[in-house]
Amino acid sequence: MPQPLLQVKDLVKNFGLKGGILGRTVSEVHAVDEVSFYLNVGETLGLVGESGSGKSTTGRCVLRLIEPTAGEIWFEGKNVTELSGKELAALRRDMQIIFQDPYASLNPRMTVGAIIGEALVIHNLAKNRRELHDRVVELLETVGLGADHMRRYPHEFSGGQRQRIGIARALAVSPKLIVCDEPVSALDVSIQAQVINLLEDLQEQFDLTYLFIAHDLSVVEHISTRVAVMYLGRIVEIASARDLYARPLHPYTEALLSAVPIPAPRAKRERIRLQGEVPNPIHPPTGCHFHTRCPIRQLPLCSTEKPELRKTAEGHSVACHLRG
Amino acid sequence: MAGEPMTEPLLAIHSLKTHFRTDDGMVRAVDGVDLTIERGEALGVVGESGCGKSVTALTVLKLIQMPPGRIVDGQILWQGRDLVSLDMGEMRKIRSKEIGIIFQEPMTSLNPVYTVGEQIAEVVRQHEPLTRREAMDKAVEMLRLVHIPTPERRVHDYPHQFSGGMRQRVMIAMALSCNPQLLIADEPTTALDVTIQAQILDLLEEMKERFGMAIMLITHDMGVIAESVQRVVVMYAGRVVEEASVDQLFDRPLHPYTQGLIRSIPRIDLAAEKKSRLEAIAGVVPSLLDPPAGCRFAERCAFATPECTNAMPELREIEPGHRVACIQY
Repeated sequence: MPQPLLQVKDLVKNFGLKGGILGRTVSEVHAVDEVSFYLNVGETLGLVGESGSGKSTTGRCVLRLIEPTAGEIWFEGKNVTELSGKELAALRRDMQIIFQDPYASLNPRMTVGAIIGEALVIHNLAKNRRELHDRVVELLETVGLGADHMRRYPHEFSGGQRQRIGIARALAVSPKLIVCDEPVSALDVSIQAQVINLLEDLQEQFDLTYLFIAHDLSVVEHISTRVAVMYLGRIVEIASARDLYARPLHPYTEALLSAVPIPAPRAKRERIRLQGEVPNPIHPPTGCHFHTRCPIRQLPLCSTEKPELRKTAEGHSVACHLRG
Repeated sequence: MAGEPMTEPLLAIHSLKTHFRTDDGMVRAVDGVDLTIERGEALGVVGESGCGKSVTALTVLKLIQMPPGRIVDGQILWQGRDLVSLDMGEMRKIRSKEIGIIFQEPMTSLNPVYTVGEQIAEVVRQHEPLTRREAMDKAVEMLRLVHIPTPERRVHDYPHQFSGGMRQRVMIAMALSCNPQLLIADEPTTALDVTIQAQILDLLEEMKERFGMAIMLITHDMGVIAESVQRVVVMYAGRVVEEASVDQLFDRPLHPYTQGLIRSIPRIDLAAEKKSRLEAIAGVVPSLLDPPAGCRFAERCAFATPECTNAMPELREIEPGHRVACIQY
């Protein structure tokens, strides 16, 4: 079996909360709590969860845009958490990110040509101006824009076009892995479909691997090979996209799936309604984080012991004392 | 109104046009909208950013900043009475009392320096001759009705002490405190997580049954539409392009835009079947500064003919209750 492109082991990220007159760290938000997963070349792993589940923090830790508190991140045999200086810079060529908000992630004072060309200049990927220009034009055309867009500024583009610019920028350095952090959440559905199709085409064309972070379960199901469901900093279930949606095991996954409104008015579905809201990640519930809202919990087991992620079938793992 | 025939709709909007003057020219945000809401009915208004769905709702309550906005043309008949000509004082009597509204982001519509109880009580006292004490009791009762735990304590909390979902419940409590006949819900769940969205949609349905009010649910989400309303109006670039019962709309979408919209959504319920490529609608929404002549969807439409750009297609009834603005029918 080939080695995975990316392997994350027991990743932890705590954010300190400062308080009091001395501004000392008084408490910690446990954003990511011992998360492990792997990603094979050419596949898409979807990371879904609600606000505060730690999915974005996980994505940023992988790129070391946020320093992990603990854990290991292996990328092509190198431990990312131990790299520095030149090695880290080199790694950033292999891993790129696309952000949710194409309005906020493009510098409004730079032309589109300069935004896309910047990484090429930094990484010395163009011998001269001519080559730089040609490469930027090529990238623009790859994402469905044109050479005439080079000299324009981000504000002159629509939301969908700006997301294309963000994708072209990520592609500039020919990365192997792209972390897509809610890339279509800010877009209208008709434009969302255009961008999803583009991402799928590019994956095939350049053999890209995606870590696809989103809260929209329908979008994640559509684009992903495998899906990991996160709740309060932990992965509660991970399976192939088809398996997860057809046979969800974790009660949280079940509830999440049944809460997605479906554009088919006659579809009769079993509705599982969760009571209450996601608890505060500063003081997450003991044992299984989900036990406070779980419809099938068994106390005291679920409130005292942390369920480990266990394999139940080939490629399907769940962290629940009662299922699997 | 005793003398009125029973068939009179609760709200009837006729060829409404709301335009905004900007430095670049006139933006035709709402440009000839027709829609009706019957008593006790849940009507969905669906469309993408800039289609004019929110401006239509805000125009009904005259919550549009004027200028730069202006109601250029049309009628808004509320139980037979035209709201367009009412002055601000008369409008104030109708808002909250007869028509309530909730918005996408409750934090921006609640006042951060007053407790939620004070804010609900203020609305109640504007329309009913109650003492401060009685109005506060009413606020507690309303919070209990929308299932906020320990309402007698929470009534003294400030908006920032509530989570997003709870804040939306507070907004619903406030909007319903005077027992309106129509609740306008403008993207009420867009900012919420999916499990909380489900709770709020359930609550709206429960409140609708309890108070017998009509709901105008504005959303961009076809899934929310399918699960929450009986009748749907689809808007595109300031116009209504299709109107149908929810079953008709999803079984036989007629307008090419509606068809495209439904096909472009990834379907979680069909996950087990073979994955197909999404059918995206090419192009972007036209500018409302200088909208194209004729059908506004023509430049993105796969079925467009030269004829489509000649004249604006009007809504025509194709089957009972199903109307579409497209010349191919």
